[in-house]
Amino acid sequence: MKDKTIKLLNKKGLRLDGRKLDELRSVKLEVGILPNADGSAYIEHGKNKIIAGAFGPREMHPKHLQRADRMVLRCRYHMAPFSVPERKSPAPSRRENEISKVIRDSLLPSLFVENYPRTGVDLYIEVLQADGGTRCASITAASLALADAGLPMRDIVVACAAGKVNGKIALDLMDTEDKVGDADVPVAYMPNLNAITLLQMDGKLSTKEFEEAVKMAIEGCKKISNIQKEALQTKYKVIKQEEVEE
Amino acid sequence: MPTFFENKQLVIPGDLLAEGEYFAGNNTYKEENKIYASRIGLADYANKKVNIVALRAFYFPKVGDVVIGTVKEVGFSGWTINIKSPYTAILRASDVLSRSFKPQNDELSQVLTTGDLIVAKVASYDRFHDPQLTVGEPGLGKITKGQILNMTPTKIPRVIGRQGSMISMIKNETGCQIILGLNGTVLITGKTPKNEELAVAAITKIEEESHTSGLTDRITKFLKEEKAKMEKK
Repeated sequence: MKDKTIKLLNKKGLRLDGRKLDELRSVKLEVGILPNADGSAYIEHGKNKIIAGAFGPREMHPKHLQRADRMVLRCRYHMAPFSVPERKSPAPSRRENEISKVIRDSLLPSLFVENYPRTGVDLYIEVLQADGGTRCASITAASLALADAGLPMRDIVVACAAGKVNGKIALDLMDTEDKVGDADVPVAYMPNLNAITLLQMDGKLSTKEFEEAVKMAIEGCKKISNIQKEALQTKYKVIKQEEVEE
Repeated sequence: MPTFFENKQLVIPGDLLAEGEYFAGNNTYKEENKIYASRIGLADYANKKVNIVALRAFYFPKVGDVVIGTVKEVGFSGWTINIKSPYTAILRASDVLSRSFKPQNDELSQVLTTGDLIVAKVASYDRFHDPQLTVGEPGLGKITKGQILNMTPTKIPRVIGRQGSMISMIKNETGCQIILGLNGTVLITGKTPKNEELAVAAITKIEEESHTSGLTDRITKFLKEEKAKMEKK
């Protein structure tokens, strides 16, 4: 384990990319970028670049996947072969299947699935460039895509991770910190309802550290949520501006 | 009992709209005495009811709605119709032929075939069954001429206007017959293509400016100006 010797924090307590412990990477969001999808969003979270497209609600095919009492959300998280330094096989891997499942479960509580029986919504998430924390960035973008598709929602889900690097709790881990660091805690959150929809932990943390990490991740979620809301409103504000001009 | 929005404010899902003794109207939901938004749209408030006019939505079938659909498939005893909603609609052969249907005498694809457009009414729909359409009323049936316009279904009420003021004005000014499908499809048939274009332009303008006030007056002015331009040519 030669990697363990990499210093993730410098003497000033700053991280590899010069961030403080509780600082987010820069987040840029755009809504409605795919004209062929019913709803779509694009996120740049640090070096992560992810596109999400939503289709539906529409008739569910194949029919045996239909549920007589609710809508089905089908989710596909996929990494492009060029998204990581070493070519990734385009075939869905174990990790991608798992993340697809995790993203679906974290978005479901925000939807009124019981109102649209026998229908299905398809969500396609394509990672163009990955740099740690893609599942969180994917959830943030995917939730916007669903809202853009006109699906009724309880709240817009936002996600952010916290973790432990060199013995200290830090917000929003990047790739190296995630791999070399001690722990990673991704959290998905509905800010208006104050509800957590995804909580995972990879690595070792004491109870106290874990609580601190969750608290920090939620603070991060709230900051990203503001950017998210702004991005969604920007698309529809264009219409409002015309009104002022007249 | 406060409300947390101004009239016609742009709201997004999850926004807290009101707290206390209010009713949750369209595109909102109530939880623990608080009303939240569930769609992107413009909020308004009347008679203790909080409503959102959605800027993005899909058509959800309701019994009695007039819709415009495309024939998707010809089946054994009827057709499946795409009405741009989460559910495909069914149109029964016996309903169209207005007599009992005999497979040995009738060839369904000669009556309606894939790609045909129809105006129909939603006859029945519930959670467990796909919507069933009917064409057994005057004004319903196959579309043979005219122009089709697609728009967001939530904006159709604006084209109708208060007690139909907007739509009857456009009909008078352009001399076109206009059928509004509540699923967001509009059929315009006029005497000349120019009249139809005029009506299309007016409806497109309504769609773009659907949230502004004084729209009927502005559309009247717009139509009169356009008509004057046409006569000059």
